[in-house]
Amino acid sequence: MDILNYTEAHHEFRQRLRAFLEKEVTPRAEQWEKDHIVPREIWNKIGQQGFLSTSVAKEYGGLGGDFLYSAIVCEEMASTGQTGLAATLHSDVVVPYIEEYGSEEMKKKYLPGCVSGDIVTAVAMTEPGAGSDLSSIQTTAIEEGDEVIISGSKTFISNGIHCDIVIVAAKDPAIENPYNALSLYVVDDGTPGFEKGKQLEKMGWHSQDTAELFFNNCRIQKSNILGEKGFGFLMLMGKLQQERLVCAMGAVNGAQICLNRIVDYCKKASDASGKPLSKSQAVQFALVEMATDVKIGRTFIDKLIADHMEKKDIKTETSMAKFWMTEMTNRIIGRSLEIMGDFGTIETNPLLRGWRDARVTSIFAGTNEIMKFIISKLMKL
Amino acid sequence: MFEFDKSQKQIQKAVKAFAKGEFDKELIQELEKNREYPKEIWKKATDLGFIGIHFPEEVSGANLGIFENVIVAEEMCRKDSSMGITLTMAGYASECLLRFGKDELKEKFLPKIAEGEMLSGGAFTEPDNGADITLLSTTAVRDGSEWVINGKKSFVINGGSASFYIVLCQTDPNAQPSTQGISMILVEADTKGLEIKDVGKKLGINMMPMAELTFESVRVPLSNLIGEEGRGYDYVQEFFAESRILSAAQAVGTAEGAYDRAIDYIKGREQFNRPIAAFQSVRHKIADMCTKIEFSKLITYEAAQRFDNGKSDPKFSAMAKIAATNAAMEVTNEAVQLLGGYGYMTEYEIEHFYRDAKYCRLEKEMSMF
Repeated sequence: MDILNYTEAHHEFRQRLRAFLEKEVTPRAEQWEKDHIVPREIWNKIGQQGFLSTSVAKEYGGLGGDFLYSAIVCEEMASTGQTGLAATLHSDVVVPYIEEYGSEEMKKKYLPGCVSGDIVTAVAMTEPGAGSDLSSIQTTAIEEGDEVIISGSKTFISNGIHCDIVIVAAKDPAIENPYNALSLYVVDDGTPGFEKGKQLEKMGWHSQDTAELFFNNCRIQKSNILGEKGFGFLMLMGKLQQERLVCAMGAVNGAQICLNRIVDYCKKASDASGKPLSKSQAVQFALVEMATDVKIGRTFIDKLIADHMEKKDIKTETSMAKFWMTEMTNRIIGRSLEIMGDFGTIETNPLLRGWRDARVTSIFAGTNEIMKFIISKLMKL
Repeated sequence: MFEFDKSQKQIQKAVKAFAKGEFDKELIQELEKNREYPKEIWKKATDLGFIGIHFPEEVSGANLGIFENVIVAEEMCRKDSSMGITLTMAGYASECLLRFGKDELKEKFLPKIAEGEMLSGGAFTEPDNGADITLLSTTAVRDGSEWVINGKKSFVINGGSASFYIVLCQTDPNAQPSTQGISMILVEADTKGLEIKDVGKKLGINMMPMAELTFESVRVPLSNLIGEEGRGYDYVQEFFAESRILSAAQAVGTAEGAYDRAIDYIKGREQFNRPIAAFQSVRHKIADMCTKIEFSKLITYEAAQRFDNGKSDPKFSAMAKIAATNAAMEVTNEAVQLLGGYGYMTEYEIEHFYRDAKYCRLEKEMSMF
């Protein structure tokens, strides 16, 4: 029996999405990679077709779809050759904070735009001095009457340039215990005191507008607090399972595409006597090992998707999946380039872009070392 | 044992000082971005005798060996992998003239390499045959006092900027085995019929040009034959036994450069109220990195020494290349990881060491074979 049960509705959604991406996204990926940004309109375009924030309830303009819709988006986006249109980050990492913890007023205000693409979202936790150690963030949120004043700087923020709203992690300096001091706030683009910094130049993810964000006595309404004050850490804990799961999903999807491409390449490329690479035993064994890795990875991911949909607590397993899948994908893409030799050195080779893009996955969303640290705690070691 | 002698220590010191003074981070990023050759630094390097250090004095070299060339490559790549690889590949394949060519060719071209007036390139692999050069589609046919060359060559280092290319041609398509019908012929860059197509942006080392060459009835004097007809395949394998040692040295330097930067970072970066260098898993990574650098250095130095002692060992050179490039990939990968998010940012340099280490692994003679 299949682990996941895709219905006819899921299949139709996938076909529509695939057609959309093949027309509107994939052909433009190369240009966006060169430009180091995607045009803002592509977010509107994809949103208007109903492919963003599929989990948002119908009453807020969403599809009210289950997690399999998210899985489909994640899978189809993996073959577009670009990372700027970070649909899964927006739909399945950031917006869920508003869906779950936002007040009714906040949900009405933001969710319809998150679905339509009128609102692009970002989440800002990391700071220059606080990466793995989130509790040491320095950004402050000081209440003053009806307002909260936010001051600090954030870095490595995806969608940093395009974002219309950003969920900011900040501390009340008056509270000693860092775990009780942290809260989440929604800041609108254009709020005085909120400045988008320069876009960061990276090894990969060239079309993604990763940037620094600055908050200089930025005043927001108290009603823009997400959930309850002091519950920041708990909210983050609640959502990180899905964040890690979608990272792992993205990784295995990338690995699958790489595998398809390298097998294809090996069947076509030949030596001087016309013998295809795929007939050479060393290459065969390498491809087999990679295919086995991907198969095992896919099976684990599908099980976790199913468990996640049943609302099981799979913090350990999703942390395991995050580090294992991202390591596996890096390994497979690296090995594929080695099979290609010199052909792996030219940027027109899509596997090379995939290799550069894969490298960050063992670092973001919590480094793989942090994943191991978390698992060791959950295993009570 | 590999204790550097006095003169080797001096060379190491001189290269280190040169690299420290000249390999400016911002300049390198500009050159990489614009895919522009580091002409000025190359000139300075040749003035100081770092290029062609292994050439005899008669052709403007320092009369030293591959070991000294390894020291140059290692120290340059340690300071910057892209600049180091580019500079030490300035005379790529010119060793074929040195080892197999007659005096007229040596005297005409080698001094120009050592003196910084010419770059050279090697045209060996072909677009449709992968890394297999046992049977070539590029042919050279005698016509009167000339060779007529037709064919295509891929991944030619310095392609487009080199003044001459060492081209591997099938001079006897009917030879059994086919390798005995291969010859090595020198083709100057401005020869009519030679078309050069830049490969575009690469994985790394973008300041070093690379191109595809097309030969359409290219005519060169018969005297451009390097060595003996039909011995080209043997010559190129001997050349690879030498060039793989250089590749290994570039990989060693690249690994060391990444390691240096990682050590600096982990000592300074604090999380959870302590430098991340204090974490046991980090220390284990460092120990692992050191070990890999040490063994890849040893095998590279051994390969160089064997070559200089007249005991060139193609198998051993290939092992050195595999070992050193594997180690460099692993060390640079770990270095990126240690820098966390900063490891992914171009501003922090380490990401280009990671890409350049991969280049060292992938270039020429696919390690799978």
